[in-house]
Amino acid sequence: MAAKLRLRPPEPGTAGLYLAVARGAFRRYSTYRAATLAGAVTNTAFGFILASTFLALWRARPGLGGYDTTQAVTYIWVSQALLVTVAVWGGGFQDDVQERFRSGDIAVDLYRPVDFQGWWLASDLGRAGFHLLSRGALPVLAGALAFDIRLPTSVTVWAVFLLSVLLAVVVSFGLRFLVALTGFWLHDSEGVRAVMLVVAMFFSGMLLPITLFPGALGELAAVLPWSALVQIPTDLFLEHRTGGAVLGALGFQLGWALALLAAGRGLQLLATRKVVVQGG
Amino acid sequence: MADTLAARTGWALRSWWLVAGMWTRSIMSYRVSFVLMLLANTAVTFLDFVVLMLMFRHTDRLGGWSLPEIGFLYGTSTGALGVANLLVGSIDGLGDRIRVGTLDTVLIRPAPALAQLCAERFSLRRVGRLAQAAAVLAWSLTALPVHWTPGRVLMVPLLLLCGSVIFGAIFVGGATLQFWWGEAKELQNSLTYGGATLLHYPPTVFAKELVAATVFGVPLAFVNWLPALYVLDKPDPLGLPEAFRFAAPLAAALAATAAGLLWRAGLRAYRGTGN
Repeated sequence: MAAKLRLRPPEPGTAGLYLAVARGAFRRYSTYRAATLAGAVTNTAFGFILASTFLALWRARPGLGGYDTTQAVTYIWVSQALLVTVAVWGGGFQDDVQERFRSGDIAVDLYRPVDFQGWWLASDLGRAGFHLLSRGALPVLAGALAFDIRLPTSVTVWAVFLLSVLLAVVVSFGLRFLVALTGFWLHDSEGVRAVMLVVAMFFSGMLLPITLFPGALGELAAVLPWSALVQIPTDLFLEHRTGGAVLGALGFQLGWALALLAAGRGLQLLATRKVVVQGG
Repeated sequence: MADTLAARTGWALRSWWLVAGMWTRSIMSYRVSFVLMLLANTAVTFLDFVVLMLMFRHTDRLGGWSLPEIGFLYGTSTGALGVANLLVGSIDGLGDRIRVGTLDTVLIRPAPALAQLCAERFSLRRVGRLAQAAAVLAWSLTALPVHWTPGRVLMVPLLLLCGSVIFGAIFVGGATLQFWWGEAKELQNSLTYGGATLLHYPPTVFAKELVAATVFGVPLAFVNWLPALYVLDKPDPLGLPEAFRFAAPLAAALAATAAGLLWRAGLRAYRGTGN
């Protein structure tokens, strides 16, 4: 691909730069085709297992949580599609940053004439775009062939869903950015990341729709940022939220996205004041 | 050099022990991270059971099985996976070593490659999965209305042992595929972690073809489904002969042999990347 290399970098600080970073990340991830396929197969295998268990539960309790049986099965497939796309498990740019903490390259990153947070956000959006098309689309396709699932018929619903996924990735980025920055203080953010994973898996609705959580736990889960990762985009896909509730859901995601990005910006300022370069 | 089978096995176990010990000391130098990861590992693996408990707030039977019965499936499946993951789970990093070229370093050391690779990046945080599985299993054993005969009592440790061997064989066999297909790392997750998730739920929940594939294909059904039918006195959804309920040791022996042969074939097919 040497012909596609550009010798003159885009002007720093322009949208072009961030687009180039995002495109670079998209292409970097798309290089590992076999690994992507292997991952999509794994998502599909989990989809099969979990969809069967949901079928059994909804057969025992039809209409549970306000979802009919088809919606419940679709919930599993859409959430499997989102698992890697919105990085519920963590990862994406986080792996790169963690590696740079370990090698000490992080100090160089902070000297670059590019915004640190913006650079990694662009890179993560590029990654998410590739994962949505590969590890998102393939399992849903398999699910649609093997199970009776509910795909939206209206273009508006698809557009709203994609916008919601975009916001979900930004919220997820905001959370992972905060976790990654703890590396400035702890030297190794692996432990914090592991704790975050537990919280994210549970409160995102990845394992079970939040509407099935009992009482106060369900109310708490609905206002925490993690519900923006899986529960909200999936509900919009299933048209479980319609009319004014759609705007409310998107506004909720946008609110958390902005709040988390601002918090990340603040932590970044604190962190850059105390960088200690370990060795050389 | 060791000659007899016993001496060779002893040396392989000792190699594993030395490498695992080295990694333990290394990881302990980030103590805060280790403690957090142990707690997180316990919690995240326990979430699967939390989901089951939440499901049972809405129903009292899933596929005709009660919560204590499913707790038995959960405890045995997660326990067997936990043991296998602790002892040999690191083998899934094989593809990365081949890609980077560090497998050659492992091969020239005077210790069995399989033992070294299984102990690579050994981490005690994986005990977390095991601990919560033991707790759920203990709870289910007290809550089950089973008439405990000596046979049933003996079956529980036996199935845990055989289940660990079966999962261990799947870890090794799955990782061996990376000799030919280096990026297949995630594929085996469908069989190991996916397999364990499958076995959390009763076989009646799944399509008969899928259950048959775990009996006659990848022998997951022998980890806990078939022995549990005996312990819990449940009907077999496939209507298999009763002997299948006691066949876990045979399935474990076959799986371990198959994994061993596959590993040898993979190691012979390996060609260094030349760096």
